[in-house]
Amino acid sequence: LQCSSELMVPLLFPSYILADPREVIYLDKIQFEEGARAVPLSGHVGFDSMPDQLVNKSVNHGFCFNILCVGETGLGKSTLMDTLFNTKFEGESTQHNQPGVQLKSNTYELQESNVRLKLNVVNTVGFGDQINKEDSYKSIVEFIDAQFEAYLQEELKIKRTLHSYHDTRIHACLYFIAPTGHSLKSLDLVTMKKLDSKVNIIPIIAKSDAISKSELAKFKIKITSELVSNGVQIYQFPTDDETVAEINSTMNGHLPFAVVGSTEEVKIGNKMVRARQYPWGTVQVENENHCDFVKLREMLIRVNMEDLREQTHTRHYELYRRCKLEEMGFKDTDPDSKPFSLQETYEAKRNEFMGELQKKEEEMRQMFVQRVKEKEGELKEAEKELHEKFDRLKKLHQDEKKKLEDKKKALDDELNSFKQKKTAAELLQAQTQQAGSSSTLKKDKERKK
Amino acid sequence: YPPSVISPTPSSEFGYVGIDAILEQMRRKAMKQGFEVNIMVVGQSGLGKSTLTNTLFKSKVSRRSVMTTEEERIPKTIEIKSISHVIEEKGVRMKLTVIDTPGFGDQINNENCWQPIMKFINAQYEQYLQEEINIDRKKRIPDSRVHCCIYFIPPTGHCLRPIDIEFMRHLSKVVNIVPVIAKADTLTLEERNFFKQKIREDLRANEIDIYPQNEFDEDAEDRMINEKIRAMIPFAVVGSDQEYQVNGKRLLGRKTRWGTVEVENTTHCEFAYLRDLLIRTHMQNIKDITSSIHYEMYRVRRLNENNTKPNGQPAIHTNGVPEHEVLSHEM
Repeated sequence: LQCSSELMVPLLFPSYILADPREVIYLDKIQFEEGARAVPLSGHVGFDSMPDQLVNKSVNHGFCFNILCVGETGLGKSTLMDTLFNTKFEGESTQHNQPGVQLKSNTYELQESNVRLKLNVVNTVGFGDQINKEDSYKSIVEFIDAQFEAYLQEELKIKRTLHSYHDTRIHACLYFIAPTGHSLKSLDLVTMKKLDSKVNIIPIIAKSDAISKSELAKFKIKITSELVSNGVQIYQFPTDDETVAEINSTMNGHLPFAVVGSTEEVKIGNKMVRARQYPWGTVQVENENHCDFVKLREMLIRVNMEDLREQTHTRHYELYRRCKLEEMGFKDTDPDSKPFSLQETYEAKRNEFMGELQKKEEEMRQMFVQRVKEKEGELKEAEKELHEKFDRLKKLHQDEKKKLEDKKKALDDELNSFKQKKTAAELLQAQTQQAGSSSTLKKDKERKK
Repeated sequence: YPPSVISPTPSSEFGYVGIDAILEQMRRKAMKQGFEVNIMVVGQSGLGKSTLTNTLFKSKVSRRSVMTTEEERIPKTIEIKSISHVIEEKGVRMKLTVIDTPGFGDQINNENCWQPIMKFINAQYEQYLQEEINIDRKKRIPDSRVHCCIYFIPPTGHCLRPIDIEFMRHLSKVVNIVPVIAKADTLTLEERNFFKQKIREDLRANEIDIYPQNEFDEDAEDRMINEKIRAMIPFAVVGSDQEYQVNGKRLLGRKTRWGTVEVENTTHCEFAYLRDLLIRTHMQNIKDITSSIHYEMYRVRRLNENNTKPNGQPAIHTNGVPEHEVLSHEM
């Protein structure tokens, strides 16, 4: 049996010739738009439910969204997150004496109507607190790369579960600019430049109630021009879909958003609103005349959340993946060379890694054996020393003992000779006494005659 | 950075954050991007495959509609022909590709007739895989993978034939198969029910897993819906692209001297159930099963092929870690 396929006229979706699936010959690259004829429908088919089917699937699955907040300590990052998501996230405020920049990640499960969102908020702790800030951006870049790496690892696995993978890649980076009113700090420029090819950056002016309206306008212009002149690519709200093109392009002109965050409620008129109360007036968070909070919320959550996720996956992640694979030595093949050399290179790389791993293992083993030997030697030495010490002490002890015995003997001898003398002296005394008493008796007898 | 998962306490009045707006965002994106679906029809010549396809999509999307007269002969070998059309309904654009298999089951000796079809299906997986492992790859990988294969069973009324069993046994492992009883207007209701029961028994006896597969039911709700479908499969269908006047209405049907079979009347035939399953409710699911299960299985097989040890045993553990990597940690 043979299998053949033909290009149909006027059709244009090419098919594939296959004697063996490995020898797929591409007749043409497929484009979605081109190549297929449009035909009218004579009745209701029902595939207009496809978007609903897709959305239902996503609802069942749940969504995830990961935000990275970069900014100096004290710029109100946590408060802004609380205000944006209308909750009180746990956590104490951070100290200013961190030795380096660390990233702290917290995941929250939020629900609104039937939408379940797994929100991951990552905070940069200690950013801008060091005296030498040259390396501040590094831990942020490493963190972002680590999330890409984790996804890449999963994607490269043989048995993988991409559809249930918990995506930790950062979808949006809110960069908090200090409200100095003048210009961007060099730390800001350097950091944003390092991040712009890795993540969607949305710059915001934090605690903007510190700046007056006129200064704010100038500040925004200065910031924007500095970003442009330094070639920093911030996230542009997409303008290709006509439903949202208008609002997105207007908002693009308002960047960076000047925000104020607050979880405290103040009574204005007969309503409770979130605000910051000062002696000279009250800044209302959701009042668009006071700050751009509502714009931020609108853009970040209500209009472009999905686009942020998509850009992360199709642009930033793809770039990371491409660079990483090229770094590892892979190359795409030419159309006419064997289609599987990527496989083989992958294999070769894998073998190389394994070889290295084995070598390392061997080294470690050697080192271990060496160490054991050394330790053994040390212990033997110690043992020897102990023995010697023991012997010495023993000898000392024996000498001491002998000395004492000699002394004792000497004393005994003395004692004996003393005793002898004593006995002799006593005997002599007794004899003398006896002789004396008998001579006295003799004298008495003579008197009596 | 161990994450802690907390459900924070929501503030009282300022309830609305706007998270659920993401549904609308997704819908917008889907409408803009459009959908692709690839359906294969398999069955002997004369079972009404082209007509059914046209009826399903209410337009001339089948091979016969674009065929030239030379091609009307039954081919001497199995051919695989893909035809794509773009159709639109209420702003939703779909690129529909119908893959026809003329010549299947038409030869005197039909041994291994399933092979070219299997090869084609695997070739689509291969093509997708190649694009996926490219360093510089497309934003949206074009999907030519066969999402669903409708298998046409001739209405003999008895049981499955060896060719049916052979085909479905092999192909159900790589693609979603939806078997249908073709030209069901030749069976009475009792004959139909008997036939269906026999078919289901044959499928069970041969361990053939047709769509919706038992093991891929996601939760209790899914299972409930799918059990109902599984109790009705295979659907007994009638196709038609001709409209007739019935009771003052213009309906698709087949007119005979003894009456008109109304295609979309569920008391006449089960075409509407098939259409609802394939298009209105489970189309996304069919695509998902293809991409996350059939394709993944193909990928695992392919990637493992390069890793077999000389004695033929695979050197990879199921989580993708090579065997000796695991052992070396047990120093």
